[in-house]
Amino acid sequence: MSATTTTQPLVQATDLSKSFGRVVGLASCQFELYPGEVCAVVGDNGAGKSTLIKCLSGALTPDAGEMFVSGDRVAFKSTNDARAHGVETVYQTLAVAPALDIAENLYLGREERKKGILGTVFRSLDKKGMRAEATRSLNELGVLTVQSITQPVETLSGGQRQAVAVARAGAFGSQVVILDEPTAALGVNESARVLQLIRDLRDRGMSIILISHNMPQVFEVADRIHVQRLGRRAAVVTPQSHTMNDVVAIMTGAMTVPEEEQQLTAVR
Amino acid sequence: MASSAPTTAIDEFADKATTMQKVQTLLHRYPWLSPIVVLALLIVIFVFLGQVMGVGDLDNFILPGTISLVLQQTVIVGTLAIAQTIVILTAGIDLSIGAIMVLSQMFMANLAVYATASNVTFLAGQNPVLAVAVGIVVATLASSLNGFLIVRFNLPPFIVTLGTLSIFTALTLILFKARTIQGKEFPDFLGLLGTGFQIGPFTFTLGLLVMLALYAIFSYALRGTAWGTHVYAVGDDPAAAELSGINVRRVLFSVYCVAGFIIGIAAWITIGRLDAASPNVAPDINLETITAVVIGGTSLFGGRGRLIGTLLGTLIIVVLDFGLSLAGLDQAYRVLAIGVLVIAAVAVDQWIRKVKA
Ligand SMILES: Nc1ncnc2c1ncn2[C@@H]1O[C@H](COP(=O)(O)OP(=O)(O)OP(=O)(O)O)[C@@H](O)[C@H]1O
Ligand SMILES: [Mg+2]
Repeated sequence: MSATTTTQPLVQATDLSKSFGRVVGLASCQFELYPGEVCAVVGDNGAGKSTLIKCLSGALTPDAGEMFVSGDRVAFKSTNDARAHGVETVYQTLAVAPALDIAENLYLGREERKKGILGTVFRSLDKKGMRAEATRSLNELGVLTVQSITQPVETLSGGQRQAVAVARAGAFGSQVVILDEPTAALGVNESARVLQLIRDLRDRGMSIILISHNMPQVFEVADRIHVQRLGRRAAVVTPQSHTMNDVVAIMTGAMTVPEEEQQLTAVR
Repeated sequence: MASSAPTTAIDEFADKATTMQKVQTLLHRYPWLSPIVVLALLIVIFVFLGQVMGVGDLDNFILPGTISLVLQQTVIVGTLAIAQTIVILTAGIDLSIGAIMVLSQMFMANLAVYATASNVTFLAGQNPVLAVAVGIVVATLASSLNGFLIVRFNLPPFIVTLGTLSIFTALTLILFKARTIQGKEFPDFLGLLGTGFQIGPFTFTLGLLVMLALYAIFSYALRGTAWGTHVYAVGDDPAAAELSGINVRRVLFSVYCVAGFIIGIAAWITIGRLDAASPNVAPDINLETITAVVIGGTSLFGGRGRLIGTLLGTLIIVVLDFGLSLAGLDQAYRVLAIGVLVIAAVAVDQWIRKVKA
């Protein structure tokens, strides 16, 4: 698949709307994610970033609008629906169960049972298999060592927890990984590690939606930058076409970008 | 920080840990360790006081007869506490456990009682097997009503079960009056689980076997199946569980259904143990089950604990009971000791939950 100008979006949303009572979260919002890219979503607090990705990940059902994955119309009723389409999400709140261990968290909601009668009749979990597989995928990402796979998640540092959540999202043959502010609570070193993790995921062929308030980080890893404002898309630019100040200006409404100067097609 | 081998954060944690932190981490990992230590201490103390100091009748403490009685005495609280543990693991609480158990056993007894006995309702004279089955179904339905109210209307379990505690108690009295049905008034099958048998010098009952079987089955269900993992996850952080694709409401509802089934079995065990069915059995049974769960190291905040801890917690209560009464002490001291243990257990739980890297 060579980079022609007609690369189709992997994930697309058209005219997505979502209100919470009188509060408007999304107002006819457009969104595209192309294969193999990191698309950053930036915007002020309350601009609707989390609402947008919650619709894309099945955690919220939009009031109106359509969503497509690989060109197929989708209507996610749950996060499991989205997962079945290869869309995995790391939420702002991480959504890990602190008292469960790393392996249990990686497989939470999609546990694997033993083969044969033990699994079918006695519903016995394949703990060994899940631990081995969890260890393998964490090692692959270079985030944790083998002996800690049965460590409860609450005994991990913030960066390690984030790594577990990212690994979970990248572990199950997913094609799209959505990250909501993955570095917000992290120090400099841990942030750098998570950014590297994002690049690794992309290099393994995954497409990534990255929500962040951190402009330097966005400009460091993003291929395209989707600027969200008042529940809709204000513009899509690239780190090459615009500066950080431009993006902040678009976020606040001080600057508008004509459609022909935006990057609405694939760059990779 | 050592600069030799590339250490992980876990290793650093182990290097820095003081003895206290090591204990904390150990208890965090194995929450049933504290009840095992308490139980062992109690036994050692009572044996020492009895054999060496000759206090009261405590020299009887290690007689097979006493040990048999202690074990038999655990069956009612011990079985109900299984249901309580599963509910508490979801960060819930069940105050209606005793009321449901009484309702269930009164159904069993009033169905199975000989139609020729005095003062019976028109239900009397049914097949006792059917009576037990109906009783278990009644308990399951009653508890699933709790689950329905909690899940459907988002009501706190404490309030729902406080309400149904009154409702089920009243229902029992309305349906069956306050009449106690004695063992001789119903067929043997109803009292089956009270049947004793000898192994060496010890006497066990079928009820004890059933209770231990339930502990084994539900320990496995909680630790070995996806359902169990989901129960822990829901109690730990319901929002995270939901986002992980777990149907939190369904898990919660299933927990109350399962609890009801266990309460129904406990009702049958209770009839066997007491050789009677009375609406007035064990008025503080709710609190005793919660006490057993808490002393057993399960967190009232949900998501943490093991069923085996609850079994140990039940044993602690009963051993304390026997030991203090053999020592010739007043009941009040037993109540006092339980109170201290409960507060200590909750304090330890708070401390354990602070484990951080
Ligand atoms: N569950 C909810 N109930 C009510 N209002 C909500 C809910 N979720 C979001 N909103 C509202 O929708 C709007 C968009 O919120 P959203 O969380 O998507 O913003 P955001 O861009 O992610 O902000 P932040 O940068 O603070 O994370 C806000 O006004 C918010 O208050
Ligand atoms: Mg947000």
